[in-house]
Amino acid sequence: MDGISGQKPAVVWALNISVVLLVLLWLFPTLGLFVSSFRTGDQITASGWWSSMFPAEQTIQIRAADPDDSRVDLGNGRFMVEGNIFDGQEFEGTLEAWATSSRDLSAFQPGETADLGDGETFTLQADGAYVWEGNDDQISGRAQRVFMDVVTPPDFTLQNYNFVLFDEDNSEGMAKAFFNTLTVVIPATIIPILIAAFAAYALAWMDFPGRALLIAAVVGLLVVPLQLALIPLLSLHNAVGIGKGYLGVWLAHTGFGLPLAIYLLRNYMVGLPRDIIENAKVDGASDFQIFTKIILPLSFPALASFAIFQFLWTWNDLLVALVFLIDASGQTTVMTKQIVELLGTRGGDWEILATSAFVSIAVPLAVFFAMQKYLVRGLLAGSVK
Amino acid sequence: MHPAILGLFTIIIGVGGCLAYFYGSNLLLDKVLFKPTGPNAGRNINRANMIRPWLFLLPAILALGLYLAYPVFATLHLSFMERGPGGRLDFVGLENYTQMFAEPKFREAMWNNVLWLITVPAAATGFGLLAAQLTDRLSWGNIAKSIVFMPMAISFVGAAVIFKLIYEARPEDVAQIGILNHLYLTFGGTEPQQWLQIPFWNNFFLMAVLIWIQTGFAMVILSAALRGIPEETVEAAIIDGANPFQIFFKIKVPQIMSTIVVVWTTITIATLKVFDIVFAMTNGQWETQVLANYMYDKLFRANDWGMGSASAMIIMLMVTPILVWNVYNARKEMR
Repeated sequence: MDGISGQKPAVVWALNISVVLLVLLWLFPTLGLFVSSFRTGDQITASGWWSSMFPAEQTIQIRAADPDDSRVDLGNGRFMVEGNIFDGQEFEGTLEAWATSSRDLSAFQPGETADLGDGETFTLQADGAYVWEGNDDQISGRAQRVFMDVVTPPDFTLQNYNFVLFDEDNSEGMAKAFFNTLTVVIPATIIPILIAAFAAYALAWMDFPGRALLIAAVVGLLVVPLQLALIPLLSLHNAVGIGKGYLGVWLAHTGFGLPLAIYLLRNYMVGLPRDIIENAKVDGASDFQIFTKIILPLSFPALASFAIFQFLWTWNDLLVALVFLIDASGQTTVMTKQIVELLGTRGGDWEILATSAFVSIAVPLAVFFAMQKYLVRGLLAGSVK
Repeated sequence: MHPAILGLFTIIIGVGGCLAYFYGSNLLLDKVLFKPTGPNAGRNINRANMIRPWLFLLPAILALGLYLAYPVFATLHLSFMERGPGGRLDFVGLENYTQMFAEPKFREAMWNNVLWLITVPAAATGFGLLAAQLTDRLSWGNIAKSIVFMPMAISFVGAAVIFKLIYEARPEDVAQIGILNHLYLTFGGTEPQQWLQIPFWNNFFLMAVLIWIQTGFAMVILSAALRGIPEETVEAAIIDGANPFQIFFKIKVPQIMSTIVVVWTTITIATLKVFDIVFAMTNGQWETQVLANYMYDKLFRANDWGMGSASAMIIMLMVTPILVWNVYNARKEMR
């Protein structure tokens, strides 16, 4: 396991396999949603998403054309119905086997003729063309049922995304919620960074009475559950006339994000070399100049880490938006709320649910993979020192 | 107006206002109130420097005070009150608390929360430690870590949809589209199960969501801690004939114990506040209620501010030991 103990092949294999299993276990849930969002509703309910990557074998049941309408008199008391079994159906794939009763589903190969007794016959070709022949009595009433073993190739579609994002008639679409979420997230990320950066600089490099106390207070407030803030702040917002809206939700996110922001940024700024700051002071730079010209550029990694945290947290938030933003008008719904609504109203329509959910997690995932380095750095700065 | 333009507009105002404050107030301090020129230049510079920290801190202190500190006390106050007709508040003492403790749904939420608090931090930290150790010396370890870490970026609501698809149950005679039921039936189960409706066990199916999300966090931090272990201690143990398990449990784990504790408490806090998962997946039905969702129910569905605040205070009470411990450590470090 550890370099020096030697690498036994068996151990290395076991190690690799167990990590592969772990990774698959963690990847599978998201993959399921991702794959499902590219399938139609019928496909999703017909088979599990894991089988959609391979050609799917399924049994379908179709009736031949109605004999009373379409039978042809052959003379001698014999009648015939001719046609294509897939008429009127969208079908892609190949016919493997077929049957006329459910007892043995793969009784015949394509091109074979089934003897239904008393001279009644049914012939089905690979392309779906069939001939059903028999006497007056047999070729009447209900049409013959045909059970078919068909293999359909993997089939994915973008129509769900079209419907969820671009369909103007879809009142449950995500486009509006997407913009609303962006409107919440961008200021709710930038404002706390601005405020916290100034405060963190003051706490790290300026001398004033009460500094230690303030730092302790920030550490304490780090863990205060935001649940406590809901009612008092909502009453406050109502009392001062902000009510429910973007301003309220920005302020709330700013307040809730600040302790972590100040904590992370201060820890980082304290570690910056003292010489640079003192040299700048000797050269006559004011605190404001030092902050904007030296500290801010140098603190970029810490600013980036917090920005990612706050972005993920505000984008993914449900509770704060529910309490401070979303009113009865329905104009200010965010994506998380929209998905919860869909879970209630369209619980079984997995194609809509999966696509909507994936639209909402795609942006954070992209940010995550692009900025992972900063995220990890921020986590480490926040918890291990 | 198109929502995108409206959004852009509001963004500019919000962010611009914030920038204007810092720039303007500093300008005011330096150019108008205490000019660093003239006969009183020295005194003015000193005064400006005394005020400036507070200028920098003011928005932060206001926001922290108003949005985090004040609500703690306001909620405490509200938890002793009963909202009467017309928004009047009457003092009722501990009645909200006694009434709450008498409610079966609250006891259920309390008990479930304890279950969450025992299971989730332990499982997430355990899996995280396992993942960190396994991927440590692997050539493709970083890719593996990325994938285990990825759920961190997914919202609780998104994760709820993801796991609902996993737990989906369909009638016995049609194909199962939830992978759990598919596996269950493949390996000898008799009929599809509604996993989220089996009391007691359904809690664990909900917890799986949070464990799935939090494991990556634990892994990242513990993996950094494992890398920080001095190589010599491990080498010495190997020379003394320790097997890999002894090295892991007796040499490595004790050295990163403080980090494990930090990870554990951080996940504990996240677990205590769990709301979205339960709200989106079961909404507390089938005996899966938790405190945060109970509180939301009381506040916004039953409109009972007294009991809602009382249950919020219970959450606060459970966080307090961690709060005190954090502050104590921070002060110790600063000295």
